Amino acid sequence: MNDISLKDALKVVGTRPVRPDGVDKVMGRAQFGGDAVMPGMIFGSTVRSPHAHARIIKIDTSAAEAMKGVRAVVTAADLPNITSEEAFVGEGPMNFRDLSCNLMARDKVLYDGHVVAAVAATSTSIARAAAEAIKVEYEVLPHVINEMEAMQPGAPVLHDDIFTSGVDPKPTTPSNVVKRMEFAKGDLEAGFAAADKIVERTYTTAPVHQAYIEPHACVAAFNPDGQCQVICSSQGHFMVRAYCAKLLGIDISEIRVTPAEIGGGFGGKTLVYLEPLALALSRKAGRPVRMVMTREEVFRGSGPTSGGTINVKVGAKMDGTITAAHAEVILQAGAYPGSPIGPALMTCWAMYDIENASAVGFDVVSNRPKVAAYRAPGAPISTYATESAVDELSRAIGMDPIELRLKNAAKDGTKALYGPTFQNIGYVETLEAAKNHPNLQAKLGPNQGRGVAAGFWFNIGGESSASLAVNEDGTIALVSGSPDIGGSRASMAMMAAEVLGVNVERVRPIIGDTASVGFTFVTGGSRVTFATGTAVCDASDDIVKQLRGRAAKLWEIDVEAVEWRDGSAYPAGDNAGKFEPLSLADIAVKSGRTGGPIAAKATVNAQGAGPGWGVHVVDVEVDKETGHVKILRYTAAQDVGRAIHPSYVEGQVQGGAVQGIGWALNEEYIYDKDGRLDNGGFLDYRVPVASDLPKIDVALVEVPNPRHPFGAKGVGEVPIVPPMAAIANAIFDATGVRMTSLPMSPPKVRAALDAAGK
Amino acid sequence: MSKTHVTCTVNGEETEFLCDSNQTVLDVLREDLGLTGSKEGCGSGDCGACSVLVDGRLVCSCLMFGSEAEGTSITTIEGIADGENLHPVQSQFLKHAALQCGFCTPGLIVATKALLDANPSPTDEEARYWLAGNLCRCTGYDKIMNAVHAAAAELRGESA
Ligand code: FES
Ligand code: FES
Repeated sequence: MNDISLKDALKVVGTRPVRPDGVDKVMGRAQFGGDAVMPGMIFGSTVRSPHAHARIIKIDTSAAEAMKGVRAVVTAADLPNITSEEAFVGEGPMNFRDLSCNLMARDKVLYDGHVVAAVAATSTSIARAAAEAIKVEYEVLPHVINEMEAMQPGAPVLHDDIFTSGVDPKPTTPSNVVKRMEFAKGDLEAGFAAADKIVERTYTTAPVHQAYIEPHACVAAFNPDGQCQVICSSQGHFMVRAYCAKLLGIDISEIRVTPAEIGGGFGGKTLVYLEPLALALSRKAGRPVRMVMTREEVFRGSGPTSGGTINVKVGAKMDGTITAAHAEVILQAGAYPGSPIGPALMTCWAMYDIENASAVGFDVVSNRPKVAAYRAPGAPISTYATESAVDELSRAIGMDPIELRLKNAAKDGTKALYGPTFQNIGYVETLEAAKNHPNLQAKLGPNQGRGVAAGFWFNIGGESSASLAVNEDGTIALVSGSPDIGGSRASMAMMAAEVLGVNVERVRPIIGDTASVGFTFVTGGSRVTFATGTAVCDASDDIVKQLRGRAAKLWEIDVEAVEWRDGSAYPAGDNAGKFEPLSLADIAVKSGRTGGPIAAKATVNAQGAGPGWGVHVVDVEVDKETGHVKILRYTAAQDVGRAIHPSYVEGQVQGGAVQGIGWALNEEYIYDKDGRLDNGGFLDYRVPVASDLPKIDVALVEVPNPRHPFGAKGVGEVPIVPPMAAIANAIFDATGVRMTSLPMSPPKVRAALDAAGK
Repeated sequence: MSKTHVTCTVNGEETEFLCDSNQTVLDVLREDLGLTGSKEGCGSGDCGACSVLVDGRLVCSCLMFGSEAEGTSITTIEGIADGENLHPVQSQFLKHAALQCGFCTPGLIVATKALLDANPSPTDEEARYWLAGNLCRCTGYDKIMNAVHAAAAELRGESA
């Protein structure tokens, strides 16, 4: 195994080669979910509820079924009515029954956009017309959208089998509060008593959508013999397979899922919406079925992340020591249980070494689409509040915000509020990198301000598989099980090339389908470079061992006397210099004579991912007339362990920061009084565009993770955690007004300025 | 429903197709001509993933009916390279890692080509405003802008 401290010895890791799938993507040849074709395929569409909350009285499909070109109609009656069972298949908690009901409503619809039926026809336009011809009779029920209202006694109750867990005594009446959670350490009261200054405030955030540009899409075939094929865009084809099997009641071995290229996911493609419906339609129609969501369907029917309400209280001594910190976080789960409340609580104080701290949270259902994971699920919401409060605290005691964070920073040996003791973390180094960035020397003008905020994300490891085969000419075929969402094929090939000592162009990486490579958990949790990368390195090590063995055989010496260097076998020890070195290609050509093909596979359940830390500094200008906030400068520092392909690492940080900018300034779900989504399109749900933004400067900090062959830590999620607070803090710096509600859109900023008499 | 017969030029080749009155150029390209490089991100003119050039003009192909294509010359992402030689915009996107998922990439490359055809030396602000109709959710646009300026320099004959 390589010594991760020897960065200079690395030849491939840390360089910036062109990605192996790049040419296909710049030429329009890459096959995404909606591009895949199966012979004889027909086209699916869905019927969605126009009501936020209603009982389904009757579904009349007869007119649709009679239409020319319509081949199948399915409703919940065509899917097994499965029992409640926890699922650990995607990212974040989910229950198979909830997922089944979310996919296709049974008895009740719980949000505007909830699917009640699906139809397949010989063209998309016929399918859509047929969907409109399906008549659904509803009994409209009172609805509730806001999480605080949903918690009130007397609020419309979505599920009559939810009794708040985590409270004593257990309630006897059902409510929308799914559970209460708490993390605590030390003595909060004593901590606050020891503080010289205490700040306390309530913050709210709006639900935002992952807004991947590619809508959900799949094509699926259910054969008469029970074998199923699915080609789809997802963050985990093994996840798709598991959900389809469970939701349709078929064996996993009957389903083969092939990953298409995926046009963005950010957590939102770690569960299924279409695939089981397409299979059910295909079973009935006897033809493969393609389903592609419209953009409106993506907004109305697929998971945004939670909005929430956060109460924060934090106190410090005048020397900057934080003595106590408390947060109460209430998160929307959407229509079914399972907001990211756990991670929201675990992350919100993780940047600090505080003796007395607590975080209490509530998971609350309401008549909104079921939330899905979105980049560092939960953390951006709670951290917006806690990092705003810490900024307020730093101003109250007159201390620079970075110095305050340095004084209280989590370090190696710090025991986190949520349990573990941190090791090999680079938070202090990240704070220093931000502090020393040249952008902080820029002078600010009138109505301009600078804000700082930090963020934490666990990163995960878990199960991954990879295999390598040495081709006859010495090139390498590399198969892994992780869908490549942002260039990970490049880093997989680079790690293999580094271990084998060959040029990266000699390694061709692909993503195997579910029948061609071992089980691999979803592309999520910032796990791929760490966990799947470890599997790739393990398999590559195995190949090197075999190559040395083959050389030993050819030379008729002991394998221990063969050394692998720079892609060639060298005789070592007593034999040094006795034989000409054999390159990988030399050995490959002769593999038939030395024992047959050379191949290896590795499976891991990787542990020790190593948490990520980000510190963002943003300069803004506030237009006091309109309330518009312009981002002038943006600096994102992050501990990445080791950047395998620095360009794609920077890209993750930049992309995450810009999603955070959208969350901070523009994005929100807006419902009308009937509980219908008012802004289900890119015109009214405004994601950042190029002209909204300056350069996003990235400072990569590399504090290696000893649990990865090259020191990598997860990267993708941390960068969305700090932006909201950093921008709010910058707005305060510019105007003296504290923005306590997201998004900080022009009308809200203008109103806050008005209220403050500015 | 009777179909309309349309003759036009697609990526330099004379092309004929029959289309329904409600089919867009994007539908025709993707479903009838097998040119799936142009993407549908919204179908409403708000994301730019479907960008094509029609008689040299940048158009959202999801907003133009197939029947309106009669007599036009359409260039899609599949027609940007010169055979197997990538256009400088394409090679600079690769070199500068200006794509992550790559779904917005065809539209952005077509839009960038249109920009540089019209304005060989755009300022950063001009380029950012020109490309404001092309959403990218992955990259934060930083590396895209680097690629745009590098492609502009290469097309002007300056060494990149
Ligand atoms: S698909 Fe045409 S602009 Fe979005
Ligand atoms: S690279 Fe994914 S949307 Fe632009």
